[in-house]
Order: sequence, then C-alpha cells, then structure tokens
Amino acid sequence: MTSGKVTLRGGQAWSGRLRRNQHLVLTDVEGRACVSALFYNARDPLERYNMADTLKAQFTAFLTTGRVLYSDMGRVLCSVVADGCGWHDTITGVGDAAGSEARFGAGGYQKLRNERHRNARDNLLVELGKHGLGKRDLVANLNFFVRVGVGEDGSLAWVSGNSHPGAAVDLRFEMDTLVVLSNTPHPLDPALAYRPPTIDLIVADGPAAPQDDRCRLSRPENGRGFALTEAYIAETCGEETDR
Amino acid sequence: MTSDLDPAAADLDVTLPAGEGWTHELGPGDLFRIVDLEGNQAVDTLFFNSRDLDERYSANETIRGQRNIYLTTGTRLLSTEGRPLLTIVADTCGRHDTLGGACSAESNQVRYDLAKKYMHNCRDTFLLALGRYGNGMSKRDLPSNINFFMNVPVTPQGALTFEDGVSGPARYVEMRAETHVLVLISNCPQLNNPCNGYDPTPVRLLIWRKS
Repeated sequence: MTSGKVTLRGGQAWSGRLRRNQHLVLTDVEGRACVSALFYNARDPLERYNMADTLKAQFTAFLTTGRVLYSDMGRVLCSVVADGCGWHDTITGVGDAAGSEARFGAGGYQKLRNERHRNARDNLLVELGKHGLGKRDLVANLNFFVRVGVGEDGSLAWVSGNSHPGAAVDLRFEMDTLVVLSNTPHPLDPALAYRPPTIDLIVADGPAAPQDDRCRLSRPENGRGFALTEAYIAETCGEETDR
Repeated sequence: MTSDLDPAAADLDVTLPAGEGWTHELGPGDLFRIVDLEGNQAVDTLFFNSRDLDERYSANETIRGQRNIYLTTGTRLLSTEGRPLLTIVADTCGRHDTLGGACSAESNQVRYDLAKKYMHNCRDTFLLALGRYGNGMSKRDLPSNINFFMNVPVTPQGALTFEDGVSGPARYVEMRAETHVLVLISNCPQLNNPCNGYDPTPVRLLIWRKS
C-alpha cells in the first residue's frame, strides 16, 4: 500500500497488502466499532493468522499493546505497537447473513440499495475472492474494538463501552501481509439497529522493530518469533537485518 | 453425564497410540466415543462434512453458539456454515478445550526453543493423515480444532494458560453425528507442557453405527 488515509463507511469491507515495516492505524471514529480482520502472508497466503498460536505464545485470550499476531508458521505477521482501546477480541468470530436478518430484519439491496445490511462473513468472502481465496481460508479472525468477557465458568458475555470515540490501534507489519477487513456489527452486540460506524484507516511507512522493541521483548516467545520472522525475511527477500 | 452403550456391542473398537493419526467417516446418528485410557491425554480433533469438505468444524461458531468456551454434554459442534456436525451426548471428563489449537513444529520453536523443531507434533500428524486421505487436503484445511480432555482455562482478566488435565483414566466423551462426518484425530505427542501429563498415552475409539 502507498501511504495515505482511507475511510470505511459502516458496513464496508477492505483488503490491501501492507509491506514489512509499514503501519496500519485503525481509528474507531464513533467509539462502538467492530472491525473483523484476517491476515495472510502476501507472498504465500497458505500462511495465515493463527488464533491459537497467537494466544498460546502470549498466554492471553485478547490483544492489546505489546502483543503480536502469529502466523501458523511460527512467524510474526504484525505487532500491536499502540492501542487506545485495551482489548481486541480473538475468539468469537463473525456473523452471517442469517444472523443479520434475524436481528435487524430483511436488509437486501432491492429495498435498501447501498444502505443494505452487510455482514462480516459475506464481506470477508468477497474480499478473499479478490485474492483467489475462499471459504477454506476463512479461519478464526480478530475483532478489533470488541470485548467479549469470559466468566469463571467459561460463559461469554458482551462488554459494552469497550471502545470510545477516537480509539485507535496501531499495527506494525513484520512481514508483507494481505489484510482483509470488514466493518460490520458483531453478532453478540445487543444493539437492535443496523448502524455500523465509520472507521479511518491510515497507512504509513516506518522503521523496522528495534532490538529494544516492546513487542519483541514482551515475552521470550516473541523474541523467538521475531528471530524466525527475520530469518525468513533474510531468506526470501535478501534483506539485510541489522541484528 | 454417562452413557449406557456397551463397548462389547460397538461396530468399531480401536486403540490409537500417542503420536498417531486417524481418519474415519461417520453417518447421521452414529455414536462415537473417545476414551482417555490412562488419563490426561489431549486428543486433537477436527470434523468435516464428508459430503462437502469445505464445510468443517468452527471453534468460533461453536463457542459463540453456546455462549461458552468449554465443550461438554449438550454442546453442538457447529460447522463453518453454522450447522451442527455432531452433538456431545455423554462426557465423564466435564470440560474440553477449543481455543488451544494444535501444536506444530513451528509453534514449538516459538513456545519452547528454536531447537525443538525436530519434535513430533499434532500438525504433522494431521498433515500425514490428510495426505493419506487425499482429496487435495492440506494445511489450508486445518482450522482451529478441538482438544478433547485438555484444560485451557481463560480468566475474567483474559489470561489463558495450559493447566494439568481435568481428565483421568477411563474418562470418555461421546458424540452423535448429525450428518455425514469425516473425523480427523491426532493423538497428541506434546512433551513440552502438561497437556499430556508429560507422558502421551493411547486412547480408545469406539463407534456404534445407527444402521
């Protein structure tokens, strides 16, 4: 991606290739967003974000500053270098057309034109299809700005007010990565009206993660994850790492 | 909850050693039991619609569908299309994991040591079993799985840990197939964390056919 800003209307999907060391900053302009996201190695999309490996390596069920997103090949796709929200959901997946209709009523194009009710599953399938990917690639995703709490007994409960107007999350890409996003309501959000908010996306260039980088040092696992990633970059891109 | 089914009347009764994979097809109404013979053994498992392999088990759909992260009696194991593939009808363990995923050579390097890549792992077992099964299935067909008998608690603060098993010798989980199902199992060989009590052991697999 070239540097710049993109605004996603409520309901809109997006995909783009972020280069290594680029940043993608997502801003929840209105403070109640759900941005469902998937991540693939841009050079080899068979390598993709892996929910379980991300959680296990960092002993966490959610993402925030200092944590990273692992691929299924032991490498770091991107790092959360700043987060004004504090909790991004990793475990509750995306809603579909049937769920959207059950909550919000019929939302087809024939009646609503471009105010139609889009849902995350269909949005992700559309964007994946643009890159030759499909249902088999729709793996466990990330939901930015969403918190679903887990009780002592394992029960799930929607947490309202997790985000706030202007909350932003800053991702630094450690590999060339295909990012697929859907700005659509979360299936556990109790809001009865279909009105997904505006999201701002900013793409910016930046330097590589320094040796004292917070994400690299936040866990010994992440140090090893960065080492495996940098070895892969050196092998596939011929890039000199300053290690 | 226990089951009344008699193992002597089972149509299939096999023992799967640790570190081995297994695929098998079930029909609607078939009952499938996994027995943790010696206790504390993680059984990494995936299910597919055997008549449309693109439809497969979804951890997200399953936990969101029942509003709970732990699987036990009554849990409907939902597919990527939101349909039940199987229902858990008996469970003497009480809690099974679906967030911890499967170990791989690469994740073992991250989690334990760069030198651990040589160690046996569930993803290699899955890939060999899929390779033998055919149909062009590959790593692309390995979404987040179930770990029967494994204990991966999440705290209200969002911490996630691997704890000693809540299972024990001869505990079992039993499921009813709701459609045509392909079962894919890796009997976990992990030696670096307590998911198998540091001693991976065999499990027993039983099927009672509906017809």
